[in-house]
Amino acid sequence: MVIVNTLLSARQLTFQRHGLNVFQPVDLALNPGHAIVVQGSNGAGKTTLLRLLAGVLEPSDGEVLFEQDPLFHGHLPAVKGDLSCRENLAFERKLGASSVSIASALLQVGLAGLGARPARSLSAGQTRRLGLARLLVRTSPIWLLDEPYASLDADGCHQVDQLIHQHLETGGGVILSTHQQMPDLQHPIQYLAVAPVGNGCPQGASSDA
Amino acid sequence: MPEPSSAKPRPFLALLQRDLLLSIRRSGETLLPLFFLFAVVILIPLGVGPGPNVLSLIAPGMVWVAALLSSLLALDQLFRSDLQDGTLEQWFVGHSSGWAQLLARLLSHWLVSAIPVITFSPFAAIMLHLPVDALPILVLTLIIGTPALSLIGSLAAALTLTTRGAGGLLPILVFPMVVPLLIFATGAVALAAEGHASSAHLGLLLAFTILNLTLMPLAIRAALKLNLE
Repeated sequence: MVIVNTLLSARQLTFQRHGLNVFQPVDLALNPGHAIVVQGSNGAGKTTLLRLLAGVLEPSDGEVLFEQDPLFHGHLPAVKGDLSCRENLAFERKLGASSVSIASALLQVGLAGLGARPARSLSAGQTRRLGLARLLVRTSPIWLLDEPYASLDADGCHQVDQLIHQHLETGGGVILSTHQQMPDLQHPIQYLAVAPVGNGCPQGASSDA
Repeated sequence: MPEPSSAKPRPFLALLQRDLLLSIRRSGETLLPLFFLFAVVILIPLGVGPGPNVLSLIAPGMVWVAALLSSLLALDQLFRSDLQDGTLEQWFVGHSSGWAQLLARLLSHWLVSAIPVITFSPFAAIMLHLPVDALPILVLTLIIGTPALSLIGSLAAALTLTTRGAGGLLPILVFPMVVPLLIFATGAVALAAEGHASSAHLGLLLAFTILNLTLMPLAIRAALKLNLE
């Protein structure tokens, strides 16, 4: 291995919609213990970039390299409303469990005691928290968080910072997108501005991103 | 160094288990095809008259048409709820190609939508005075034919995933592709009802299903990925 440490890297990454680049080509390298904050206005392509890094979208050009599968926490929580919180996490554990138990994951995201509730009965913020608990019960050094602070109260935002802090402490790396709340971390943070093609004017970006 | 997990994850089984559990939780929706089959079988004698001569003639076609239409009922939600709650994009995260997820979903869909219909089809056929000798052939055509039916429907559901008003589009996409299925299946049952051998029809039916089993998953996966963009 030439590059020993890099968890995830992207080279000249672009994505085209209707024949137009959504954002300027992106280069990045995520190292253990580091966080990359993706910034950009609404419609700049933050979500598109994270979905590209996760492998959900195929890049139009350039490449994304990672050895271990990242965990992706998108806008949508990826939990099943008909299953209880505990059943949702039990399913995630079967895909590759970490040492964190379901009960302790629920406790860490502030959902202690709600394990038996069907996920559909949770509020928007609680559903986001359950989505974060998914990350805890799975094992991967790479976290891709799309707007992790969305719908969360001040306490919840603090908990997100704590989870990210713990993850970085244990040698993980985090790429997150945000447009208001900034993470409050002691670890090195790199900022990456996603620039829409066309002089910072979001008209070139897609309307549905 | 991340420590390797103790037990090798078995995504396919976990996914199948979850899909089946979700189907049980929504049993009202899941059993809709079966209710539909019996609604048709009960209403037809009222419409065309209860005479056994007429009924036994149209029985093979009627059971199959009912099975075909009922399979459409379960299609709309096949991938839509996964798209809406974000599970679908998780299928393709990382190195995952989405195959385990897709095949688990297709198998669970066939198990919950087709198995009840296959199981109760002999009763439906008896209600329409189909000769008892033809019952095994009817069940056999359903066992062979319903996987193709599920796959064709799944492709239509995947293609119309982000289309508004997909409900109307689904049957239009499905019907032309299931015509061969209907012809061979009802042909086989009709021949059996008259006491002839129906192996030629069954062979063609099987060939059609094998063709679908090989090609459809590729097309369905491509259609799903397109809809995620």
